[in-house]
Amino acid sequence: MSVPGGLSRRQMFLKIAMLFNGIVGVLLAIPIVGYLLAPVTRGRKSGYERWISLGPIDQFPSGQTRLATYHNPVTHASDGETADIPCWVRHTDGDHFQVFAINCAHLGCPVRWFPQSGLFLCPCHGGAYYADGARASGPPERGLFEYPFKILEGNLQIQAGQMPTPGLSAAKGTRRPPCA
Amino acid sequence: MRLINKVGNWLDQRLQLGAPVRETMQHPIPRDTASWFYVFGSAAMTVFGLQLVTGILLALIYVPSAGEAWNSLQILNHQVSLGWFIRALHGWGSNFMLAIVLIHMVQVFLFGAYKFPRELTWLLGIFLLLMTLGMAFTGQVLRFDQDAYWGLGIGASICSRVPVLGPAMVTLLLGGPIIAGATLSRFFALHVFVIPCSLMLFVGLHLLLVLKLGINEWPVPGRLVRRSDYLEKYHALTRTEGVPFMPYGVWKDAVFSGLILLCIAACALYFGPFGPSGQPDPRVIQTAPRPDFFFLWLYALLSLLPPALETPVLLIGPVIALIVLLALPFLSGEGEKSWKRRPIAVLTVLLVAVALGTFTNLASHAPWSPVMDAWTGFPISSKFLSGRTPLQVQGALVFQSKQCHNCHALGENGGKRGPALDAVAVRLTGDQLVRQVLQGGGNMPAYGKNLNPAETAALVAFLQTLHPSGQAPAQDASHAAGVQP
Repeated sequence: MSVPGGLSRRQMFLKIAMLFNGIVGVLLAIPIVGYLLAPVTRGRKSGYERWISLGPIDQFPSGQTRLATYHNPVTHASDGETADIPCWVRHTDGDHFQVFAINCAHLGCPVRWFPQSGLFLCPCHGGAYYADGARASGPPERGLFEYPFKILEGNLQIQAGQMPTPGLSAAKGTRRPPCA
Repeated sequence: MRLINKVGNWLDQRLQLGAPVRETMQHPIPRDTASWFYVFGSAAMTVFGLQLVTGILLALIYVPSAGEAWNSLQILNHQVSLGWFIRALHGWGSNFMLAIVLIHMVQVFLFGAYKFPRELTWLLGIFLLLMTLGMAFTGQVLRFDQDAYWGLGIGASICSRVPVLGPAMVTLLLGGPIIAGATLSRFFALHVFVIPCSLMLFVGLHLLLVLKLGINEWPVPGRLVRRSDYLEKYHALTRTEGVPFMPYGVWKDAVFSGLILLCIAACALYFGPFGPSGQPDPRVIQTAPRPDFFFLWLYALLSLLPPALETPVLLIGPVIALIVLLALPFLSGEGEKSWKRRPIAVLTVLLVAVALGTFTNLASHAPWSPVMDAWTGFPISSKFLSGRTPLQVQGALVFQSKQCHNCHALGENGGKRGPALDAVAVRLTGDQLVRQVLQGGGNMPAYGKNLNPAETAALVAFLQTLHPSGQAPAQDASHAAGVQP
């Protein structure tokens, strides 16, 4: 049935069938890719961060740094204890606070506060930070990550919801207007 | 016996696999390759089989949920009969599989097996190595404990440093904004479906290539590989000195595989399962996360690299390593196969082995990490205290209470982050000690804001007593000059 120099009927059917399957494949790929990228698109659309209360400010005595925890604003039923995130709250005086992420700015291990020497120390690779979060020594290239805070009706609130990482912090830094 | 034969014949009439399987098993191999050096590939495959079986057994109990995974491991360890042993087999099987894959890789590299026509076999092998490493890392995550939780944080922090795409990659890796249920679920999918299925496919292709192209012949110095006549020579070799794979080669494979399985079972029985360590509760911050054995070298590297070099090395290093491994059969696809005439190949293997061994060894005692409880847990030995003045003893108290001990060893104990201070007075004068304590420097934080003048004076008075009895403490030459003009 082949036509010299042209397509046979069967070959054309095969090409049409392949084209048809290609189109179906692309149509199916759209929702599949959309599903796979959902965590990123969801973050872009509504953002993962919210204002969360850490409790009344008198829980945090002036001149002290204390551990606080908050329930992450975006959670699922299966998250268990992983949804409860700790952070370090430093009350300098009056309305001045600093709220540091628990994650070391090097690779995210949990930093511990040592009030006696006024240092945050990281158990993983030995990063150290001063009381104000500035880098003191070790492998971190920067100081501790800080959450934005505000005081609302006597409660300390922070803007949180996404694990701070060096890359995320740098990306936010570029988006922030210069006056902020 | 007759019944078995009858059933066998009945099946073979329909499947018609008997003849091709017999032919495959009896394909001729060069006589020299029926060697104990050629058993690692089959052993790796056998251990992979063990991992599949024990993995399925664990999946009968394991719950891939961030809230439940840790509890289900406790149930496996303590409540399910022999659950601990299956966990131990799977954990030790993972270590053995990685070790054997690495030994297999070194063997085929030193025997020049990656050269023409087996380039593709090598490339598939590289991907098999990456997948085996992927299985080890994702498996460590499924043991959802403190180490797994903070290990994911480390993975995310490394990922985030990729230019532009970093933050999005972290969100994809974690399946959301934080390490949580979605993270464990996707690592479960990777560990149980995606990577094992790819592994099986690649192992199949890898094996098919070994059968199609023939096992690499024993390298003889001076017998060079040339694309023009290699195949002809290889076939002549298998024709003249060839022996059937079954039974010449296969019995050694079988013995070695059995031996490895026995070793895994012995380790599992003797050492037991790995962890889990503490619960994956981020609020429990009294933890010092450590990776599993095969990632310890990376842990050391991340501690020892200068900060400015870290990101480039982390992001570019693996890419370069992968390109070198993938390009190897194309850059040196011909020529000498024998390790006896390839000194650079031998030195490369030795260098990589020594480097990885050194980093792994360093990571097992992590001198770069402060010892977090040294200031409360480790007393100062009485030999550093006896005969001291009250001011000096007061300085020893400051040393302990300001956590100097966490980073500095005194006598046997203490941190190793900073130098040991047993003989610090020989190296630094009183003034230099004051400057070092207050201003820090050389990777030491400045303590100026945290020590009052009295504490500083006491601490330095104590540090000045720290010198061996036969060695005088350091003195400022200008002071000495002032006294004796």
